[in-house]
Order: sequence, then structure tokens, then C-alpha cells
Amino acid sequence: MNLLQAFNMALKSIASNKIRALLTMLGIVIGVSSVIILVSLGEGSSKVITERIQSMGTNLIHVRIFGRGSNRTVSEDELISLAANNSEVIENVVPSLDDTVTIKYSNKNMQTSLVGTSEAYQTVRNTNVQQGRFFSALDVERRQKVVLIGAYIANELFAGMSPIGQTIKINGDVFTVVGVLEEKAGAAQGSDDDRVIIPYTTAKRLVRNANITTFYVQAKTPDTVDSAMQKVEEFLFKKFNNTDSYRVFNQADMLNTVNETTKTLSMMLGGIAAISLVVGGIGIMNIMLVSVTERTREIGIRKAIGAKRKSILVQFLIESVVVSCLGGLIGVVFGVIGAHFIGKLMSISAQPSFTTIILSFSFSAVVGIFFGFYPADKASRLNPIEALRFE
Amino acid sequence: MIRIQNMYKIYKMGKVEVKALDNISIHIKAKEFVAIIGPSGSGKSTLMNMIGCLDTPTSGAYYLDNKEVSKLKDDDLAEIRNKKVGFIFQRFNLLPKLTAFENVELPLIYRGISRKKRVQMVLEALEQVGLGDRIHHRPPELSGGQQQRVAIARALSSKPPLILADEPTGALDSKSGYEVINMMHKLHEMGNTIVLITHDSNIAQQAKRIIRIMDGKIVEDKEGAQ
Repeated sequence: MNLLQAFNMALKSIASNKIRALLTMLGIVIGVSSVIILVSLGEGSSKVITERIQSMGTNLIHVRIFGRGSNRTVSEDELISLAANNSEVIENVVPSLDDTVTIKYSNKNMQTSLVGTSEAYQTVRNTNVQQGRFFSALDVERRQKVVLIGAYIANELFAGMSPIGQTIKINGDVFTVVGVLEEKAGAAQGSDDDRVIIPYTTAKRLVRNANITTFYVQAKTPDTVDSAMQKVEEFLFKKFNNTDSYRVFNQADMLNTVNETTKTLSMMLGGIAAISLVVGGIGIMNIMLVSVTERTREIGIRKAIGAKRKSILVQFLIESVVVSCLGGLIGVVFGVIGAHFIGKLMSISAQPSFTTIILSFSFSAVVGIFFGFYPADKASRLNPIEALRFE
Repeated sequence: MIRIQNMYKIYKMGKVEVKALDNISIHIKAKEFVAIIGPSGSGKSTLMNMIGCLDTPTSGAYYLDNKEVSKLKDDDLAEIRNKKVGFIFQRFNLLPKLTAFENVELPLIYRGISRKKRVQMVLEALEQVGLGDRIHHRPPELSGGQQQRVAIARALSSKPPLILADEPTGALDSKSGYEVINMMHKLHEMGNTIVLITHDSNIAQQAKRIIRIMDGKIVEDKEGAQ
């Protein structure tokens, strides 16, 4: 007996019990589609995060100094000399004074985050201006009260009108809006679009902690990032005499960390979904065992007229594999549609990768073989005399 | 055709040994029509299982078509059954979800015969039992007599040297039973070797030779009345 005939027999017996086959498939359908949906959502969101990090500027080195007090800081002069002394690898150094402030325009109040920095921030952090201009070196030097506002704030405070030239109050001080930052994160609250940028010289008088504890270094090229990092670390070590009070990391490190985290996350999600596939497989095994018992007489007849063990084994195995593969196929369709739909709802592109589809489908086939084997083997071992006597 | 020598089949039930077959020796030549008769519990079912290669004896030899089969493994026995024995059962034992055609085709599939040849053999066998017009009916749509004729066609289709019938009329009314017996005669005339197992001496009388079995022993072996 060849495989094609075994396949035909299996199809006939599945077709003769459609509802049962469908219910058995359901476990696999749910398993496969949830694997596809969860993994592609994970991949989609990791892509979004990666893009966001990349948009923050390449060649970027991020430095953070821990601890409070005047000895836990660097001065702007030190930063300037750091850049000047290492001009072969470092393009720019910008300080960042961060705080949370209250801003006010006419009768509207809101809390937002403030960044006090220099004019080079625009290039170092790859921050584009959508409307108006970035503040200049002169603004920094003269401690001008000028401010750039994020897209979210522009929408909230100046809905429908141009904010350029308007004045807002930051913690009570009057600032002139000179520019609106380009939208980066869908103008959402709490995102990079919910902030204001002012010259650090001005910020020093405004914020509670006027010490520079964060600064950004832009390396000349992506190739000099490592040597620039080394220079920065040397500088910091010389200053603080230990390696615990500061942290230097670059965009590539951050990307790696984030990628690893999201990868672990999607694998975990996929793993959880895979458990439901296994549960579906147990469902198949259960039904196949019932089916073998019900069809004991049929097996007896087949054996009496000359079916070998292998023929019976293959017939039942094909039945379970066909059920699980069909379930897998339906699951792939649902998974792709579901991922697309949910991705749209979450506004991320959740395009299931080819690998995910192939992997989850083959997993369903493997589940069919694995969980179908025991019932099929049981069927093939039945004694024909006893099986024929079975009522 | 069939040569059984000193065959024993012993079942152990706890500590008691039951001799279902007790030193049986039978010789059946090709083209014979033999009935094996005995009351229930006499061991005739066990003997049928042995002759039909469904079971193996505890000891003794069994030559079927000049081949010693008493010590073969399951799969080899399945092959012997497929090639050498056509079964006709009391309760037909057709697969209810397959059509008459598919039921008759089944042993030929297991034998690995090509589709084209199968169709020809199946139609020929169904034609022989007079069911050429019922090939696409499923067993539940057929009468008992028709179902048994499908079963006979299945036994015939692969042209086995031996046809083994186990109470073939047991589940039929007398008219259908008569038809089936007639058909057995016809098969015998066509040159088939037939072994008929029954507890009914009227049916057994139809055979040319009657072997009577009791308590696992042959008590009588005589040429039939006809």
C-alpha cells in the first residue's frame, strides 16, 4: 500500500466526522495563530523601538554621572576642553540639564520635561525643527530666554495657531518660543514630543539641580565611536578616580540591549503561545485514542484482510498529521490576518516574517506526528481476533 | 492445500490450562469443499483462526499452500492472509463508510495492485456475486444477503487459493442463507477450495466432506451425504 492510498483513506475517515475533526483542529488553529500574532507583534514593536533609537542620532555617546553635589558634576569648560583636546575623534559635546517644569500659556497650565543644552544639541541628538529655528550659540552665550517646544506641547497650548513668537511661562519666567521640534513619537503625552528645550545657560538659573550630570558626545564617525568613548572614560576616570560614579554608553550598546530584551520578550510570548499548540496536540491525541477505540472493529477487519502493522500505523498517523496540518494552515491564515489587524490597532507594523510562519506551521505538523504516534501505534498493535470480536 | 500436523493450542487461565486444540491433524486438498462442524466451545473458532492465519498454534505444524506458516510473525501472517485466504464472516465485517466497490477493493490495495488492475478485478468479483449494479452503495443501504455477497466478492476479488467462511449464513434469513450457500457451490464448481465453519449440521451437509470437532479433538471426518 503506498502513501497516496493511505492519504486517501485518512481523508475519507476525517471527512466522515467533520465536526469532530474541526473541533480537534481548533486547538492547533488557536495555537498557531497566537504564535504568529504574538511573535510578529513582538518583532514589530522591536522594529519601532530600534527605529526610534536610530533616529536619536548615530555616533552618539551618552554619559551619565551619578550622585549629587558639586563634586559629582562636570563644568561646561571641562566639556569644551574635552571636545577640543580630542578633536580627532570627538565632533561635539553637549551638556544636558534635565528637570520637570510647569509651563503656562494664557490660562493653560501643564507639566513637562525640560532640557537645558547648547545649540549643538540639534546635530548631536539629530533633533530637527519643524517650524521656526533652533536657538543659536549667541542665545546660549547671552542666556536668552528662548524655548523650543515639542509637537505635543504645540498641539496642546497652541492648537490651530503658530506658536512662533508667542511667549510662555516656564516656572514663572517668560520665554519666547522660537521653534517647534519635529514630531518624533506621534505627538503623544510623555514621549519625546512632550518637552521643551532651552539654552543650558538659561536653564542653570531655572532648575533645581544646576549641575551637569548628563552630557552627550558625538563621535566624528561611526568608526571613531569606540575611541571617543575611551577618551571620555579616561577623562571621567581622571576626574572622579573611580569607575562607579559614571556610566558611558553608546547608541550601539543601547540598540543591542533593547534588541536583546525585545528578542527575549518575543521568544517568551511565542513560547507561551507554543504551549497552547502543545495543548492542542494533546487534544489530537485524546481524539485519536477515542477514534482508535471506536474503530477497533474496522482495524480488525483491515488486519484480517491483510493490512500490515505499518499500513494501520501510517493510516492513523496520516489522519492526525492531516488534522494538525490543516489546523496549522487555518492558523497561519488567522495569524497573518490577526497580526495585521492588531498591529494596525497598536499602530505598529506587525508583518509576520516568513520564518515565523514556516516555523509555527512545521511545529503544528510535528505536534501531529508526536501526539498521533501513540494512538496510531496502539491501533497497529491490536490483535485482529480480539479486534474483530469488539462490539 | 492445507496440512495441519499435531496442532495444539493451549490457553492458560490462571493455573488451569485449557486445550482449545488437542492434537489436531487435518489434510485438505485443493478444490475440496470441507465443512468443519462443532458446537460452541468445541474449538472450531480456534481452528478457524489457525486455518485463516489469524493466530499461531502453541505447537504443531501448519502448511498452507506448501508453506509452513505456524511460526510466522504478525506482519508475515498479514501478508499470507492477504494473498492466500479470502474471509467470509458471519457478520459480513464490511466497513460501513466505504461503498461496496471500496470494500471489495481494500484487500487489493493492501496487496499493492495498481489502480487500473484493481478496478477490473473488483468489477469482475462484484459481477460474479450479482451485484454489478450496486457498486456505489454503502453496506447500510444493502440487505443482509447483499452485504454478505459484497463480503464474498471481497474474499474472491484477490483470487486467493483458500476461501474460509465462518458461519456465513448465521446472520441471514433462510432465503438469503440459501442464496449464499448456492453461491458457495458455484465457487466450488469454479475450482475454489472452500472451508466452511458452522455449528449447523444442515449447512454442513452442503459440503463434500464434513469434519466434526468436539473438545478440541476431531471426532469424525467423513465424505458428505451428497
